[in-house]
Amino acid sequence: MSSLETLVVLLIVAPILLSLAPIALGLRYDRVGWPVATITTAGLFAAALALASDVFVAEGTNREVARIHVLGNFDVPMGIELVADPLSTLIALLITGTAFAVLLHTRTNGPRGNTFYTAYLLLVGGLLGITLTGDVFNLFVFLEITSLATYALVASGDGPESAVAALKYLILGTVAASLYLMGVGLLFMGTGTLNMADLAATIPALEGQNVTLARAGLAFIVVGFAIKVAQWPLHSWQPDAYQHAPDGVTAVIASLVSTASAYALGRVLFGVYGPEFIASTPNASAVVVTIGCLSVVAGSTLAVIQRDVTRMLAYSSVSQFGLIVAAYGVLTEQALSGALIHLVGHGLTKAGLFVAVGWIAIAHGARTVDEYAGLAGRQPFVAGAIAILLLSLVGIPPSIGFVGKWYIALGAVEAQAWPVAAVILFSTMLTLAYVARLLETMYVTPPLDSAVEPAHDTPAATDGGRPGSGASTSTDTGSDPSEPGLERTGITTQKSVPLGTLAVLVLAAVLAVALGFAGELFVDVLEPFLESVLEVSS
Amino acid sequence: MIELLASHYIYGLVFVVLGIGLYMTIASQNLVKKLIGVNLFQSAIFLFFVATAYVEGGRAPILHTGTDAPLASPLPQVIVLTAIVVGVALTAVGLALIVRIHGEYGTLREDTLREVRTDE
Repeated sequence: MSSLETLVVLLIVAPILLSLAPIALGLRYDRVGWPVATITTAGLFAAALALASDVFVAEGTNREVARIHVLGNFDVPMGIELVADPLSTLIALLITGTAFAVLLHTRTNGPRGNTFYTAYLLLVGGLLGITLTGDVFNLFVFLEITSLATYALVASGDGPESAVAALKYLILGTVAASLYLMGVGLLFMGTGTLNMADLAATIPALEGQNVTLARAGLAFIVVGFAIKVAQWPLHSWQPDAYQHAPDGVTAVIASLVSTASAYALGRVLFGVYGPEFIASTPNASAVVVTIGCLSVVAGSTLAVIQRDVTRMLAYSSVSQFGLIVAAYGVLTEQALSGALIHLVGHGLTKAGLFVAVGWIAIAHGARTVDEYAGLAGRQPFVAGAIAILLLSLVGIPPSIGFVGKWYIALGAVEAQAWPVAAVILFSTMLTLAYVARLLETMYVTPPLDSAVEPAHDTPAATDGGRPGSGASTSTDTGSDPSEPGLERTGITTQKSVPLGTLAVLVLAAVLAVALGFAGELFVDVLEPFLESVLEVSS
Repeated sequence: MIELLASHYIYGLVFVVLGIGLYMTIASQNLVKKLIGVNLFQSAIFLFFVATAYVEGGRAPILHTGTDAPLASPLPQVIVLTAIVVGVALTAVGLALIVRIHGEYGTLREDTLREVRTDE
C-alpha cells in the first residue's frame, strides 16, 4: 500500500528529475539521451502497470479504489494530493506506454540531440502530472510544464517554419492556460478550496453568489480547455504544430498532449463540477455539446480537403476530440465511458499513424496523399498497419474506434441528444471519405513512374478519379526523368523498415483490434468508477 | 449596484488589464508586443488572485505573536508566486522563439512574416 503510494509520486518526480540527466551526462558522453529516456520511460511503464494491477484489482468505491498520496504530510484541504483512480491509471498507462513505444521509433528516425530527450522526459513528467494530480491549481502548473516542453519540441523541427508554429502555439496555449487559471480563481473565490475531491463535495452545496462564481469559473475553464484540446474555431495552432514538429515528435504530441488535456477537461467537468451542477447550469451542457459537434463537422470537413497527410490527420484529431467533448456534454454514463474509450483508442491510433507517416516522410520523402501511391506494394507491413489504424479511426468493427463511437452514440440516443447521434454518423462518413482516399492511393493507384509496368496499369486504377490531384500534371510528370525520386512519383523504392518502427506499428495495429474485442472489459473496469463519480456528485 | 462597483473596483481594473492584454495579443503585429500582451493578460489574472486574498483590515500572512489582526489568505499569494515563475519560463521560451524567427526571417512583424513565408 505505502509502496504503491510512493509509485504515484515517482511517476511524476522521476521523469522530471531524470530529464536533467541527458544534459548533465551529455557534457561527458555523447548520445546518452536515448538510453536514459528509454530506461526511464520503460521504468515508468512498469510502475504504471504495477499501479494498474493494484487499482483495477481492488474492489470498492471511488475513494477506496484510488491510491492517494498526500504530499509532504500537509492535510488535504491545505496540502496537495495525488490520486490514482481507475481513470487516471488508465490514462497513465496510455501515456507511459506510448512514450516508451515512440522512443523505439526515434532511435533510428528521430532527432538525436541530448536536449531533445530532456524536453521529451519533461513532457512525459508533465503529462503524468496532469493525469495524477488531485488539485486544480497543480493541474495548471503541470499543464504549463507540458506546454513548455511541447513548444520546445515543436520548435526543434528543422525549418524556420517550426519556430513560427511553436510561437503561435505558445501564444494560444498561454492564453488558454491563463483562462483556465482565471476559472480556477473564480472557483476558489466561490468555494475556498482547490482540492478536487473537496470541490466536488462543496460545489453541490453552494448557494447564492457562490453558485454564480462557480458557473463563471466553469465557463472560463471550458473555454481554456477548448483551446488546449484544439476545438473549432480555436484549433488553428494544431495543424501547424503537428506539421512542422519533427516527425518523431508529432507522434507523441498528437497522441498524448491533447489527450491529456481532454482527460483533464473530463476530470474537471465530472470529478469537480459533477453532472448535476452542469445540468442545473443553464445551457452549459448545450454549449459543450455545440462546441464538440461543430468541431467534429469542421474538423472532418477540413481533413477531407487536405493534401498533406500530416495535416489531414491533424484535422482528423480536431474532429475526434470534438466527438469526445460532445460526449462529455451529453452527461450520461454510457456517453462518458464511450468518451474515455475513444480517448484511449484515439491516442493509440494516432500514435501509430504518426509514427508510420513520419517514417514514410523520412524514408521516402512522401508527404502528400498522392505521393503515397504504390505504398502497399513496396511496404506491405507499414501499409497494412496504416490501413488497420485508419479503419479504426473510421470506426469499423471490431476496432477500438468502433467501441468508443458505439458507446457515445448509445449514450446520445439514451439522453435523446439527437444532434450528437447525427454528428457521429455524419463525421463517420466524412472520415471514411478521407480515409478511403488514402487507402485507395496506397493500395490501388500504382506509382506514377511505374507506367513502364503494364501489368499494374489497369484502366480503373489510373489517377483519373482521384480528388485533389491535377490529372493533367500527374500524367505529364510520370515520364519526366529529370526529377528522379521527387514529387508526384509515388513510392517506388523498397527500404527496410527499422525494427523499432515496425514493432511500434505492429503493436499499435494489434492493440487497436484487440482492445476493440476487449471493449466490454473496458466498460466493466470503468463502470464502478464512473457510477461512483456520477453518484458522489449527485 | 453602485456600492458593489465602488467596493469591488479592483475587479474592474483586473478586467481592463485583461482586455488590454488580450487586445494586444490579437491585434499587435509585432511579435514582441504580442508576447507583452500575453504577459499583461497573465498579470491581470495574478492581480485578480491577489485581490481575492484580501481580508478587511487584514495584514500580511506571516505568523508572529503580538497582534490579533486577521491575516490575508496566504493560498492565493502562494499560487501567484508559482504562476509568476511559470510565466517567466513561458516568456523566456517565447523570446527564444522570437530570436530564432528574427534570425531566420529578419523581421519581427507578423504581416511581413506572412508575406515572406508565402513567397517561399
